[in-house]
Formats: sequence, structure tokens, C-alpha cells
Amino acid sequence: MKPAVILFPGSNREQDAVRALRLVSGAKPQVVWHAEHELPKGTDLVVLPGGFSYGDYLRCGAIAARANIMEAVRAHAARGGLVLGICNGFQILCEAGLLPGVLVRNARLRFVCREVLLRVERADTPFTKAYRKGELIRIPVAHGEGNYTADEATIARIEGEGRVAFRYARPDSRIDETDGPNGAINGIAGIYSEKFNVLGMMPHPENYIEPEIGPTDGRGLFESLAGALKAA
Amino acid sequence: MNLIPNTPRITPELVAEHGLKPEEYDHFVKLIGREPTITELGIVSAMWNEHCSYKSSKVWLRTLPTTGKRVIQGPGENAGVVDIGDGLAVVFKMESHNHPSFIEPYQGAGTGVGGILRDVFTMGARPIAALNALRFGDCHNLKTRRLLAGVVAGIGGYGNSFGVPTVGGSVGFHKRYNGNILVNAMAVGLAKTDEIFYAAATGVGRAIVYLGSKTGRDGIHGATMASAEFGADAEEKRPTVQVGDPFAEKLLLEACLEIMQAGCVVAIQDMGAAGLTCSAVEMGAKGDLGVELNLDAVPCRETGMTAYEMMLSESQERMLMVIADGKEAEAEAIFKKWGLDFAIVGHTTDTLRFVVKHKGLVEADLPIKELGDEAPEYRRPYEEPAPRPEILPSDVRTTASVADALERLIASPDLCSKRWVWEQYDHLILGNTVQRPGGDAAVVRVNDGPKALAMTTDVTPRYCEAGPFEGGKQAVAEAWRNLTAVGATPIAVTDNLNFGNPEKPEIMGQFVACVKGIGAACEALDFPVVSGNVSLYNETNGKAILPTPTIGGVGLIEDLDQTMTLNFKAAGEPVLLIGKTKGWLGASAFLATVCEREEGAPPPVDLIAEKRNGDFVRNLIRDGVATAVHDVSDGGLLVALAEMAMASGIGVSLEDAPDGMDPYAWWFGEDQARYVVTVASGQGAEVIHKAEMAGVPIMKIGKTGGDRLIVPDDRSIVVESLKDRHETWLPIYMGASS
Repeated sequence: MKPAVILFPGSNREQDAVRALRLVSGAKPQVVWHAEHELPKGTDLVVLPGGFSYGDYLRCGAIAARANIMEAVRAHAARGGLVLGICNGFQILCEAGLLPGVLVRNARLRFVCREVLLRVERADTPFTKAYRKGELIRIPVAHGEGNYTADEATIARIEGEGRVAFRYARPDSRIDETDGPNGAINGIAGIYSEKFNVLGMMPHPENYIEPEIGPTDGRGLFESLAGALKAA
Repeated sequence: MNLIPNTPRITPELVAEHGLKPEEYDHFVKLIGREPTITELGIVSAMWNEHCSYKSSKVWLRTLPTTGKRVIQGPGENAGVVDIGDGLAVVFKMESHNHPSFIEPYQGAGTGVGGILRDVFTMGARPIAALNALRFGDCHNLKTRRLLAGVVAGIGGYGNSFGVPTVGGSVGFHKRYNGNILVNAMAVGLAKTDEIFYAAATGVGRAIVYLGSKTGRDGIHGATMASAEFGADAEEKRPTVQVGDPFAEKLLLEACLEIMQAGCVVAIQDMGAAGLTCSAVEMGAKGDLGVELNLDAVPCRETGMTAYEMMLSESQERMLMVIADGKEAEAEAIFKKWGLDFAIVGHTTDTLRFVVKHKGLVEADLPIKELGDEAPEYRRPYEEPAPRPEILPSDVRTTASVADALERLIASPDLCSKRWVWEQYDHLILGNTVQRPGGDAAVVRVNDGPKALAMTTDVTPRYCEAGPFEGGKQAVAEAWRNLTAVGATPIAVTDNLNFGNPEKPEIMGQFVACVKGIGAACEALDFPVVSGNVSLYNETNGKAILPTPTIGGVGLIEDLDQTMTLNFKAAGEPVLLIGKTKGWLGASAFLATVCEREEGAPPPVDLIAEKRNGDFVRNLIRDGVATAVHDVSDGGLLVALAEMAMASGIGVSLEDAPDGMDPYAWWFGEDQARYVVTVASGQGAEVIHKAEMAGVPIMKIGKTGGDRLIVPDDRSIVVESLKDRHETWLPIYMGASS
């Protein structure tokens, strides 16, 4: 596994992602500066970390989506390479056109940092094989603009193609938009690209890795990736 | 070059507008031997105001214990530095941003966070945690809701974007803060002990470099504003509040740490209060060097800025550095990479003069030492505060039952859950937050462990009002106790002393007594003060705030396996009370909230008992005997027990109050040096025996289990319903749906 974590000015969870990749998969991630034009040779996973790239100025992720390195990320994705965007990374993927839809301000208009329950919608992708379909996992969120939305046709298409990765769920597994942290449509917390090789998600699995710190439900995602990339 | 001609003339009105007293101005004129230029007047007003010079407080601050075997750097630098072993040091400080936050809460609080983060990374430390202590006016005041919402959003907006977890703090309300809220922000960073950076410049003829954001007209006279009382025109002072840019600060952090690593930095000082003036003077004065600045090179955001404006601007996210010889190009390349301004704006000299040139003219030429570390200081007259009488339980009447009183206390503004606040702070970023907000102290792992740091902010203003000496002691003791309760060894404190107008003898008397109390407690608990900030003139229309000396405590945990949390762990465990209970109701939360009386002397703090009881509890944690620990503070024993139950969902059955003890005094008295501890079932007797051998007062007061809190001879309360009350007061107050 050869992950590359992209560093934009204002990224601030890149070391959290590096640590999670290192601890769970044993990989030594390369941190790649946004102004570069190429990914390191042999990169098989690109991670766009959380943070406030360019201070969230203009729109979250809008400026980062136009950084030099994003051309290489786009090409990597087009080749079927794996891309994971977490929080600001998800916002960047939407702005870059690698994922449909957009993330707008939380319905309650406040930043929210808390643990949420996520329902794993499918367990047959390179990102989720270590989970069970329908499993509820505890993962924290930390964002001010995580309210996923898109036009009706796009939502119908994403839903129809089974491209929702995770939804904010209640303890009884039901989905309740008004109960979630940000008001996202259909409780959407993360979505896949058409070919299921790009995942964008608002919650932070990279912060729920180590038993010394708290719950470890985030490990599954990194274990899945390590497994998928070892096999390949 | 000649000194510029003196236009405008310096009139007494102009001097007064700059916050200088006539005698201070006369002293300054005598010092320089002529009438100052307007730029010089601006410079001296910035350096000699209370905020920058500590002229009223210095003589008392010197009495505080500031040394210890772990202390690497005490007060006087940008932040304190304390050795935590393995070649690492913790770097921390707390600072107020009270006046700006009242005028413009979002930007005021945000730039307060930005300022304190900069103080920490200026020393070469990467910030690993932020905390705060907030005080607002009473909840019926029309401004309180807007100020609270703005301050919390501002703290979150800055810290979340910068990328530091905000892990702890406190929020309190009292009508005495109606016209003057408190926003005290604390930052904690980590550095290598042999890579600490200081403000003192060394070497003559070295380049002084300006780094970071551009200079604008924001914040001019901010420090002068912070050194005066508010009048009815407070809101008109909005233009003096700075605007924060956490994105620029994040870039500045990364760039500064990178050029420090590259060996480019000789001295560094952030531009905080009084901006370029204060940072340049401090670098020179501390290093016994002169400084010459050429303002033509200063990156400006606006055109046509005068020397006066540039020298007094408090634009944020700026640094001043002395660069090592021959390293200018390397430093510049790093800054350019991060997209930040880099300009050589001056050099060090051997003249001990502070010279400012602009457009070919000398705008200022002043003696640097007298501006900086030899600024005037005062021994202001003070009145000893009159002692208040002790309140006996027999003096206290209420129609509320013990259960009623508990329900009111845990849903009162001061004691309710502050989840609504801390969920707006990213408290998990960096992946090291072991104990989140809501416990006795936050616990943050050091790198990959096993070490961790515990941190807390504490003060009980109603005690400081009722008896400033005991109140000062108590603030320190409570911080020490909170760190102990999570298993940490308390190592050092930072203090943020918020008081009214020091020119009033009764206010100065509160200040002196609080500082004496803090000193006594820090001495007895081996808990030195390594950094701090004084905020005076917290008055509006002549009404002072409650004396509020906030203490930020830091403790060291050698191994994460030896930390403790306050939630009950299992049913059937004995509940033990450690420490002596007299039933002290004076100045208590019960008396204030349930009886609506703010009277009586505060609980005395027996520092010997604090140390003995705390050391015993810490050993119970380290020996793996304790299963839950909580310190007993605001609201007394029953509130502490309720918090342990609510955090776990496990109930508790309590035994009767001891014979002859008034039940209200027993359940709600705020005697100090106390903890509630649970141990595994069957271990109670052994721990009691151990405590008795150590001379530590201990008694079994109940047993965990069930889903209710059961007080003898009173109705039992379902823990879930208690929790519901506890959690909903603040969201409902703030008009939120959850």
C-alpha cells in the first residue's frame, strides 16, 4: 500500500490521517504538497485530509479543487485509483467534480463536534469490506458545513446506484434527517463515485483508531483499504 | 536625518486621549528632554499602558513563586516552559481578551485565541490544546445570549480552523459581568527542551524581519482600550477590535516552525498588543540592544498609512524575528512557499535607542530600556477587604427539599451541562484527546504516548468576592484537585488576573489579597506560576466585575494507563468521601441559587489537607484501586455525586447525613479538599483503613447501582431525568432545538 496524503494550505487533519494509515495498515504515507504536479510513483491511494484549505474562503474546497496536484488526482481516479476525501477532502472532491452534489452549512448553522452513529450501507467496496452491511459504527464529526445536498435527479441517481456509503443513523438503525448532525438529505454522510473508487465522507474515521484514545470503529475503513490494496 | 517637526502640537487633551496621566507624560518629556512627536506619543502610550507595562500589578506579581525543578522559563517571556522529561517541554499561557469580546464577540474572542496560540508557537512549540474560561452577565440580561453565542462561535471559528483541539474550560454567569464579560484563552504547546525560542535579540547589525499578514488600520489603540474602564460609549469602540484570520495563522505556524527547524531564527516575538511597537521594543530591551526600523518596508494592506498608524496597528497574524546571519534567503524561501509576507524592516544596533524612520524622516528616537523593561511601576494604595461573617447552617432556610435543591442546582446556569458550548469546538483534532470536555480536567496524550498532559481552568469568583485571600487560594487548589482527580501530578500554572479599576483602593485590595492567596497555595502545593496576564479596568460605568483570578493548571501523567474518569463504572461499588466536611454554606452555589443569598465568608482552604488528601487520591489511581474519582466543588457533595451518576447512567443509594449534621450543609456544603471515590466492591474497608493510617478523613457514603439517585428520607430521582434537566437548560436558553 502506497498512500499519498495531500497537504493544502489550511489542511489540519493530515497528520491524523497519516497516523491512522500508519497504525492500521503499517504503510508509510507520503505527504504531498498541493503545488506539485505529480503523485509519488506507485501511489495507490490518495487521501484528501480534513481542515480548512484556503481558510474555507470563497466556498469550502473551491480553491483547493483547482490546485496543481488535483490534475494528478483526477487522472489517478480516472485510472480507477482509490481516493478518500474526509471532511474538507469530501468538500474538495465535490468542488473538483469527482463526486456529485455539494456540502452546505449545517442546518443549525453551528459547527458541530460530536460522536455520531453511522450505518454502513454496503460492505462490498474497497473502503468497507471489514464492516458488515447495515452495521452501526461510532465515528466523530467536526464540521460547520457538512450538510450534503444535490438536485433531485442526482439524489435519485446516487440512491438508485447504491452509491451512499454511510448514513447518520439512530441507535435503532433508522435514518432521521432532523436528528443528524447537519441536516444532510437522506442522512447522507458519505458517497461513492460511479465506479466506487472515490469515497467522500464528512465523519472522521481517522480519529477513532486507538483504544487508548477512545472507540476504534474507524479502523475498519483503513483495514478495508489495506486489504484491498494488498490483494491488488 | 532630522527628527520630524512637531505637528500636531502635543496638547494635554491629546495626552489624555492616549491614556497617559499628566505626571506620566511629564516623566516621559523629562526622559527624552524635549516634546515628543505624535508617533512617539503613540509609542509611549502603547508601552506604558496597563496592559503592556503591568505598572499596577508588577510589584505584587513578583511575590508569586515562579521556580521549580521542572521550570525552564517562568513569567516574562511569551509563555512559560516546563520540563516534562524525555527531552520535551510543555509551553503554555493564558490571556484575556475581555474588552474586545464585549464590543465584537466573534472577532474579539477569535483573536484572543489567535493571540495566545501565537504566544505559544513563538516559543517554538506546536500547540496541542486550547482551553478557555468565560464569564457572562446574568442570563436575564438582554445582551448575554448574543455575547455567549458570538464568543463561542468566535473561539470555535478560530481554533477549529487553526487546527488545535479546544479541550476544556468553564462558563459562568453573574450580573456583575453584565457590562464587562470575560474571555480568557489558554493555549498549551509541546516543544523540545533544547529548541525553545526567546524574544531577546542578540548580535548587532542583524536583520529584523517582518513576517505574516499585512498591516492594516485595525486594532489601533486596542491595548489602550484594554487599559481603561468602559463608559456608555463602549460600542463606539468597535473599530479598535482586530479581525482574525485563522488561515493566515495556520500558515504562520507552519512557516515559523519550519524556519526554526532550519536554524534561521535568533529571536522571535509575535505582534500582539500594540503590534510592531511592543514586539520591536521588547526584542531590543530584553536583549540590551537598540532597534532601528524602516517603515517603508512594512507590508501594508492599505495605502497612505502613517508611521503612527503602522506603529500602533494591531493587525493579527504577524511576527517579528531576528534572523541568523546569512540565513535571510533560506528564511524568505520558506515564507514565500507558505504564501506569507517577508520583509526586512530594520536591524539591531548598539545604541539602546528605538529609532523609527519613514519616508526619509525620523518619526521616533527613544531610549529603548525605559520604554520596555524599565517602564514606570506603581505601588497603588489598597484597602484590606473586610472579612465577611461565617454562615451557619442554622441561619439558612429553604422550603426546597434536598432533591428539589439538587434539581435546581444541576439545571442552573453555572452548573448545567455546557455541551452546547463545547460541541462547537473541535475537541478531537490531532487524535490525542483522551478525556474530552465535561470531566474534571482534559487529558491530552503527548505524541504517541504513553505520557499525557492534564489541563484545566478554574476560579470561583463568588469566593474571591466574599474573601479574596481564600478565593485566590481556592482557585489554585481547585485546579490542583482537578488535575489530581484524573491521576495527574500537577506541575505548573498560568494565571489570568481579571479585576476592576486598580486606582480604587478597594479593587487594589482585592487584587493584592487574591495574589497573596494564589502565592500561598502555589507555594504549599509546589505548583509554580510560569506565565500569566493581568486584565484590570474591567468596569463599566463605575461597576467592577467580580474579582476573577483564573488559574490554568497543567499536570503530567507518566502513563495513560494511570488516568481516571469521573463516571461510575459498575453497580455495587462502595462510594467513599475523602476529606473533612463541616458543612460550609457561606458563599456556596446552594445559598446563591436555591436561597438567593450571596452572603457569608467563603470556605477556608486548608492547604496541608489539600496536599495530603490529593496525594492519597492520586496514589489510589496509580495503584489501580480507584474506579472513579471526582473532585467536590461548586454545589457540594450531592452535585458531585449527581455528575458521576449522569456521566454513567448508573444510580447511587446514599446513606444518611452523619449525626448532628444539617442535611443541607452535608449535601450542599462546599468544604474544600474533598473527593468522591469509588472502588471495586469488597475493597472499601481496605481503602478506608489505608486512609485512616495516612491521616486522611474518609467515610463510606453509599453504594452505586440502579437507575436512581436515592437520598434518604427524600424522593428518589431517576438519573436519566436528572440528566435531561442538566443537558437542556443551556440549549433551551440559547433557543436551540438540541
